[in-house]
Amino acid sequence: MWSEAVIKMLGVGIMETLYMTFFSSFVAYVIGLPVGILLVVTDKEGIAPLVPLNKVLGIIVNLVRSVPFVILLITVMPFTRLLIGTTIGSTAVVVPLIIASAPYIARLVESSLKEVDKGVIEAAQSMGATPLQIIYKVLIPEAMPSLIVGGAIAVTTILSYSAMSGFVGGGGLGDIAIRYGYYRYETEIMLVTVVILVIIVQIIQEAGFKWMKRADKRL
Amino acid sequence: MLNQKPIVELSGLGKVFISKNNEVKALEDINLTIYEGEIFGIIGLSGAGKSTLVRCINFLERPTSGKVMFDGADLGSLMERDLLKARQSMGMIFQQFNLLMQRNALQNICFPLELAGVPKKEAKNRAKELLEIVGLTDKAKAYPAQLSGGQKQRIAIARALATNPKVLLCDEATSALDPTTTRSILNLLKEINQKLGITIIVITHEMKVIEEICNRVAIIDQSHIAEVGAVEEVFVKPKSKIARQLVFSGETHIDNYIGERKCRIIFDGKSSFEPVISNMVLESKTPVNILFADTKDIDGKAFGQMVIQLPDDDNGYYKIINYLKTHQIPYEEVR
Repeated sequence: MWSEAVIKMLGVGIMETLYMTFFSSFVAYVIGLPVGILLVVTDKEGIAPLVPLNKVLGIIVNLVRSVPFVILLITVMPFTRLLIGTTIGSTAVVVPLIIASAPYIARLVESSLKEVDKGVIEAAQSMGATPLQIIYKVLIPEAMPSLIVGGAIAVTTILSYSAMSGFVGGGGLGDIAIRYGYYRYETEIMLVTVVILVIIVQIIQEAGFKWMKRADKRL
Repeated sequence: MLNQKPIVELSGLGKVFISKNNEVKALEDINLTIYEGEIFGIIGLSGAGKSTLVRCINFLERPTSGKVMFDGADLGSLMERDLLKARQSMGMIFQQFNLLMQRNALQNICFPLELAGVPKKEAKNRAKELLEIVGLTDKAKAYPAQLSGGQKQRIAIARALATNPKVLLCDEATSALDPTTTRSILNLLKEINQKLGITIIVITHEMKVIEEICNRVAIIDQSHIAEVGAVEEVFVKPKSKIARQLVFSGETHIDNYIGERKCRIIFDGKSSFEPVISNMVLESKTPVNILFADTKDIDGKAFGQMVIQLPDDDNGYYKIINYLKTHQIPYEEVR
């Protein structure tokens, strides 16, 4: 089974998986991070309460999060076609991946920022800090270790989502596992892809924790 | 001694918290004038409203009625931007220090300067000066997690002083510290008050903090100011019930003692060099039982009180009362 073609296919699969995972993660953070921040600051106990906006954002986040990814994958196909021109391949899968993970990331960011000690925020307010200053000089830096761990969790979740996209021809390792393992009963190739996926997840997780430990000055 | 220019004036100040089902009056009709250069104490039991009061002074809590004048400006009428600016003239320290955990000591002190838009280099130099004032030059690079409680509070004080505030608000600043550290922090505050001329407002539930550093004190009870006055005055002759409770906190148990007649002798700083009790016993030839004694050093003078059990026979009783009267020693009978 270890023909050159298989090895090359696995290589391409790894690259596609990494591309889908990291590109989607990046864009999802571009959306999810500000939404998460807004969820915290516009809360009625937040530093710039704006309850209607907070409610609307909360509802949108919850709605998207309650749709199972496999179903979302299919539901957004018309939108993907509009945007990318096709619904198969790694680039096409990036669209549902972003839609599914941005609200998830927003919640992760929200919970990280909520861990920041209220007293520290109050101290900043007592020094005349504006809400914007509190966000980028207090909330984000103080929550950084937790944000980093959240990042590692988000990336690994997106990785597992990307594997699901194999069902709609999304490319990557998941696609290979489904095609060979599920449709062709070639268990060995499937196992190999599983092992590779496990290794990638481990590396991301470990790197996240290492980075967090280095960033956290409380330890 | 004191410059009689008001720096903080609270008039008719009230704060009502409205929740779904009920209204809670945290403060009602608070009138206080705090003068430039003094150390003013606000004492009360927990839940009395003192934390809300201090937060109304810098508008972290917006009062629901009344006025806060700070340095001639009515805080309630300021635009948001000017209010933030005014806060830079009011430093604040907290019970839990509230340092930024991801910044080292030096960076923490630089923080309010960054907020105020001071150039980085200038801020750093100022921070180093402040580290010297609080005596922690060697801890510039240490993170809060590596510092003791007292050191953290020193850094917090340095941070609060960075923008050259006119007033320093201390919200239970020593309540999380042990007695020795408390004393050193209080000494530091006193030093800052004397050297830099910063007005200090101290919120506490501990009478000893007030005795140690304050010039004047306001006692707050159930959302109202119960009593205001010079510390010595309040200490020697507490008028309100709550003041008596705070000043005489240690003697709550004397009611349990047997004996009908008890007498509280007050040391008001004048008579402390005389052996009052010995002389009294010698002169009246009546032995007395000391039930409770507590003396303190306030501004170098001894203040305190002692509760003695009076003899049951009238003869001995009048001898002692007479002695106290003729020697003009303040006393009162307690039952």
